[in-house]
Amino acid sequence: MITFIPRDKVSKNWIIIAPILSIVFTIFFGLLIFTFLGYNPLETLYQIFVSPFSRIDRISDILVKACPLIIIGTGLMLCFKSNVWNIGAEGQFIMGALLAGFIALSFPNIETKFFLLITILAGFVGGALWAFIPAILKTKLNVNEILVSLMLVYVAMLFIDFIVRGPLRDPMSFGFPLSKPYPDGALINKIPFPGIGFLGQLHYGILFVLLLIPVSWIFVNKTLGGFKINVLGSAPQAAKFAGFKQNSITITVLLLSGGLAGVAGVIEVSANIGQLQPEVSFGYGFTAIIVAFLGRLTPVGILFAGIIIATVKLGADNAQMTMGIPKVVTGLFEGILLFFLLTGETLQKYKIKWSEGKK
Amino acid sequence: MDALVLTIIATSIPLLLAATGELIAEKSGVLNLGVEGMMLSGAVGALGAVLWLNNPYYGIVAGALSGILMASIFSIFTINFMTNQVATGLGLTIFATGLTGLAGAPLVGKTITSLPKIEIFLLSDIPVVGSILFKQDFVAYLSIAIIIYISFFLKYSKSGIILRAVGDDHQSAHSVGYPVKKIRWYATCFGGMCAGIGGAYIPLVLTPHWSEGMTAGRGWIALALVVFASWIPWRIIVGALIFGGITIAQLVGQARGWPIPSQLLSMMPYIATIIALTMISGRLSKNNSAVPSSLGKPFFGSQ
Repeated sequence: MITFIPRDKVSKNWIIIAPILSIVFTIFFGLLIFTFLGYNPLETLYQIFVSPFSRIDRISDILVKACPLIIIGTGLMLCFKSNVWNIGAEGQFIMGALLAGFIALSFPNIETKFFLLITILAGFVGGALWAFIPAILKTKLNVNEILVSLMLVYVAMLFIDFIVRGPLRDPMSFGFPLSKPYPDGALINKIPFPGIGFLGQLHYGILFVLLLIPVSWIFVNKTLGGFKINVLGSAPQAAKFAGFKQNSITITVLLLSGGLAGVAGVIEVSANIGQLQPEVSFGYGFTAIIVAFLGRLTPVGILFAGIIIATVKLGADNAQMTMGIPKVVTGLFEGILLFFLLTGETLQKYKIKWSEGKK
Repeated sequence: MDALVLTIIATSIPLLLAATGELIAEKSGVLNLGVEGMMLSGAVGALGAVLWLNNPYYGIVAGALSGILMASIFSIFTINFMTNQVATGLGLTIFATGLTGLAGAPLVGKTITSLPKIEIFLLSDIPVVGSILFKQDFVAYLSIAIIIYISFFLKYSKSGIILRAVGDDHQSAHSVGYPVKKIRWYATCFGGMCAGIGGAYIPLVLTPHWSEGMTAGRGWIALALVVFASWIPWRIIVGALIFGGITIAQLVGQARGWPIPSQLLSMMPYIATIIALTMISGRLSKNNSAVPSSLGKPFFGSQ
């Protein structure tokens, strides 16, 4: 029988060990399931975890894939830290991309890259507005934000489908559900490296991530707003006594996380797709939930977590191409990883004690 | 008209079952957001079993077992390892989406025989009502039986009262000697069983073949139904029928060519969920006795 005994203080070692152990356990259980379902476990392991590192352009593709995950994950970090459960980032991503796309397509001849500032801002507004619905319902009427934000994902998916097949469809698209291509000013270019050319799809959107990590670090650790979020999440009673307004914090974190998801949507579409299509996200909004947890709800942690999860995503793409394993298999790893990460959180606060006897 | 009503009932059965199971789990203080994942597992389990054993009734059993298996995973982590219930539930749904995608891949393109209708002697001959209520399949009867049973169970049986006590105040329940963790395990697994059968019903009756993520958010709507019903079992029937009705209405609308884009019609169940949640949540005060007070809070004691 196992019992848990509270530790005097949170174990520092566990903060580092837990994520690493979680990954090891996840790989172990993942392999077990693969073997059970009749796939070659070593081949799968190679495809998912090693093949993404096999070429330099593939490594840069990891960064490209990590980009939206890190941006969304950083926003979700603020929500989860303050116990607000926004699980609708997928929908906010779509609505951000859609609003920015609408603006981009309204100026078909624009060339200056300063226009990107406007589309990115539009993306932020689009995502934030979509997150404002659960925010206002939660704070005014005590409606569960988990269910509302999730329902809005389905609504957003159907909405962009409608827009791209209807009002914004390019008449020259031969019946394909595609918008017109974005003007030059709304496109994010690939980064040219002198002497090498382009590294895979690596684009300037990565700069936003490089900016976001330090800014969010400062916000969380050095500002009053970040302090309030930390207190609200770890000691809600104390936050109440200190007079922090829970509702305004809830609204703020939802708007920020929705906005960031929207920005991720703009960057993804402007850099990699260049026009609107029915599917713009491929589950980034849901995957970012895992990224936020794997990163221990810290900006630097999320940076690394984004890269790790992006690796697995790309690896799963490879495994689908070479072994015919369905791509959704990443969910299997993500789920197990989350289980163990959360267990690690318990072990940070509690010691395990094995005791004899039946109860 | 009969056909329409029958389709609405069939559409509402998975919601009804999953929501009823979740209601029991929540009454014991466990918020399991993995309903969507448990339903998916039930669906793939049922498909696999029917293809293997060629008898739709084994699909029900397999669905139930798959749901219980998923609920056990959830229970180990949330109840024994005291992990956050919201995050673990999300994890369960993500995990099950991946697992069912993998397990369902070999089943793609295969069709199963659906669950037969059972006519109840004499009663099924009653005009109109008979053919609607007494010519249903086994799961439909089962789900009504479960609802009636748990209504009485929660209100009048000793175990039901203990279950509610555990959900309302686990510390007190623990101090008078009730095994909080064990009771939550049972309740969560009952929830998993119902969600699994609800998921199994989708391939067994509604669409007889596998597609990735075929539950299409029904698990989440079931979670919303529990709130909509304000944790009172019979109200789930009303809620499930309304949602079944809305789902069918949008399909009928698409088929008859209503002048509304099909995507906007397809949004209706999701928007209706938000509206329903909003209408109910505003009225549910925090002191409402039907809402389990310990809902979502982990229990840190031994046992």
